[in-house]
Amino acid sequence: MSLERPDTVDDGAVERTPDELEALLGDLVVDRDDHLNAPGFVIRPDTVQETLSVLKEQAGYDHLSVVSAQEYENRYESIYHLKKYDDPTQEVSVVVPADKDDPVSESAEPVFRTADWHEREAYDLIGIEYDDHPDLRRILLPETWQGHPLSMDYDKDRPQIATLPEHANPLQDHHKDEESDTMFLNIGPHHPATHGVLHLKTVLDGEQVVDVEPDIGYLHRSEEQMAQNGTYRHQIMPYPDRWDYISAGLLNEWAYARAAEDLADIEVPEYAQVIRTMGAEMCRIAAHMLALATFALDINGDFTATFMYAINDRERVQNLLEDLTGQRLMFNYFRLGGVVWDLPEPRDEFFSKTRDFLDQLPESIEEYHNLITSNEIFQMRTIDTGVLPPEVAKNYGATGPVARGSGVDYDLRRDDPYGYYDELDWDVITEDGCDNFSRLLVRMREVEESAKIIEQCVDLLEDWPEDERNIQANVPRTLRPDDDTEIYRAVEAAKGELGIYIRADGTDKPARFKIRSPCFSNLQTLPEMANGEYIPDVVAALGSLDIVLGEVDR
Amino acid sequence: MSSDQPFITDESQVVTETRDARMTGQGDRFNSRLREAFGSSPFILTKFDKFLNWCRGSSMFMLQFGIACCSIEMMHTYAVKHDLDRFGSGVPRASPRQADVMIVPGTIVSKFAPRMKRVYDQMPEPKFVVGMGSCTISGGPFQEGYNVIKGAEEVIPIDIHVPGCPPRPEALVYGVVKLQERVANGEAAPVTVKPYELEEFSDLERDELVDKLADQIDDDELVMRYNFADSP
Ligand code: SF4
Repeated sequence: MSLERPDTVDDGAVERTPDELEALLGDLVVDRDDHLNAPGFVIRPDTVQETLSVLKEQAGYDHLSVVSAQEYENRYESIYHLKKYDDPTQEVSVVVPADKDDPVSESAEPVFRTADWHEREAYDLIGIEYDDHPDLRRILLPETWQGHPLSMDYDKDRPQIATLPEHANPLQDHHKDEESDTMFLNIGPHHPATHGVLHLKTVLDGEQVVDVEPDIGYLHRSEEQMAQNGTYRHQIMPYPDRWDYISAGLLNEWAYARAAEDLADIEVPEYAQVIRTMGAEMCRIAAHMLALATFALDINGDFTATFMYAINDRERVQNLLEDLTGQRLMFNYFRLGGVVWDLPEPRDEFFSKTRDFLDQLPESIEEYHNLITSNEIFQMRTIDTGVLPPEVAKNYGATGPVARGSGVDYDLRRDDPYGYYDELDWDVITEDGCDNFSRLLVRMREVEESAKIIEQCVDLLEDWPEDERNIQANVPRTLRPDDDTEIYRAVEAAKGELGIYIRADGTDKPARFKIRSPCFSNLQTLPEMANGEYIPDVVAALGSLDIVLGEVDR
Repeated sequence: MSSDQPFITDESQVVTETRDARMTGQGDRFNSRLREAFGSSPFILTKFDKFLNWCRGSSMFMLQFGIACCSIEMMHTYAVKHDLDRFGSGVPRASPRQADVMIVPGTIVSKFAPRMKRVYDQMPEPKFVVGMGSCTISGGPFQEGYNVIKGAEEVIPIDIHVPGCPPRPEALVYGVVKLQERVANGEAAPVTVKPYELEEFSDLERDELVDKLADQIDDDELVMRYNFADSP
């Protein structure tokens, strides 16, 4: 180690080699367990907080992407995947084994606030207990569930009981207790403003929100188990479409494709990468249009003009995507090593349709600005409400437009390039307002950037020589990545960093498949944004987070 | 107002051509070929039930109810381009108490099934259900999932199934129109199997699981008991 680099200085830009990191951690490291994407340090289960603090404060690893937990034959294991917001290519994994008979490990919540929900999920699905955790309860499954479904001895045929807790009518007098004036208000899981089946438990003091607690799991469809039951080559790819189902299908498929291709060492032909990039950005436009539509709906009320206009624009993108992939919503278009088929014939028609769409886009965006962002009522409702300071956003692991609306300049398309993005000319959008308005503005401006990317891709594809149009690499029929290789890879999906952790065990199915959902982390910030504000601001803040429950609950 | 004839306007003040035309031909405005066909007797005879069913089928209020991926296509069905309202059934109501039809658009999981049953119970009779997508038929792509109810029919009765993953808006429109037809013809919903009901905890059969949960759940709390081993 060089002496000019004092350990005490928090300098995120400094890149350390794995050996330097190991030296920094000193005795804390008991073993090495490197992953394909990052060095991995095995530590004792009672030194989690200490290790993570050193990495966060002295080495600049300020982003806890995900906690992935799993059960082995002889132990339990939680892995903390750390990154830097400044440079996400610098990664490190902290591996914490726990005892098979008594799986207890220290909670990371005091160091990274985001670990709260991630560890609750690990407890719920795997059964690891976290010491010192502020509130270790089930998060996705009903409280009365028996067993931990992703643990090894789980019997999926056993009967279960789910409860329907009844809440007294909030307007009844007795619901206010003697000392306080607070009132309990249930929002959801069936409610038009929750964007799906989310349940918010709110405590109100008059019009003001004292506390809001998101209760999730109403759409927990066992996505990780479904992926673990499928073979790498073909059976997993249809599922990502259903995580973030707001037409962000191709972006999600890319997350799986990227992880699996790196795991199996597959090189994707350049031509396929351009098609992927174009398709993915079309999906981003569609997804942001829906975010815009529903946000306007939340703020303005009923099924109004803005909603219809945005849906109309979505229909246009969906038509293009249907031409490309054959499906309106669940595309299943990517394959490991490329895409399933080439652009639709006649190509010229497809290009001119795409160009038509891009040409009319600035006009629609102008219209949205007239209708929404320059609308005074809208501004009153959104500016300076739902404030999320950048430090808080980072602590909660927020990514995507939520982080960028708080001025955190983090976009994996640029910072950890994949596909064809680094060859193209586009900008990462950030806004410093930290409020509901900024998050909306980021999405609207990102649509313009996506349009730029699509345009360049169309230009490239138009001139691509006919005999070099290679849409798929040669990939063996069955993929069997080596035993005990592990990888965590992420892409920038519509809502933020969508990552996949895969552990291979030498068979053609993953032994552990963990999805890092951006919405899951983003939703955690809701109490920070909403507590102390008025009740309509909760709805605005929730709308500006743009969550999709399929991805939150998986 | 002090005038004796408050309903007569001063014609000299506002006269336009349209207005003139309307005033002179008073009775014609609501005329139609159909009306003319009746001639001088403006009555029709029909069975009251038949008339009521026709009304029901022609104006359905849907429940605004989004669950999973299928609800995105459902939104598109309501919105521009597909516009379900053309067929007289496109007004989404947020409250179940104002709705006649529930479209179930997505995967039902263990935590949500009791809530869905509750929402269904809150709708006034007569009520109808359209199951949208493979998930409401059998659990769809998630049928193997440890937490997934193998079809919405296990919880509430369903009148029309629209298959697809997700069904296209056109398919949903077809399903809803079919339902309208059936309602207008007074066809009753098929009797369906619903193994899962909301019950009070104390009414459950005592077994190992119930004993285990006895100190966690109040006797009068509503619960749903799942039997995954017997699921289709
Ligand atoms: S049927 Fe398909 S699209 Fe519909 S909810 Fe199920 S998985 Fe989603």
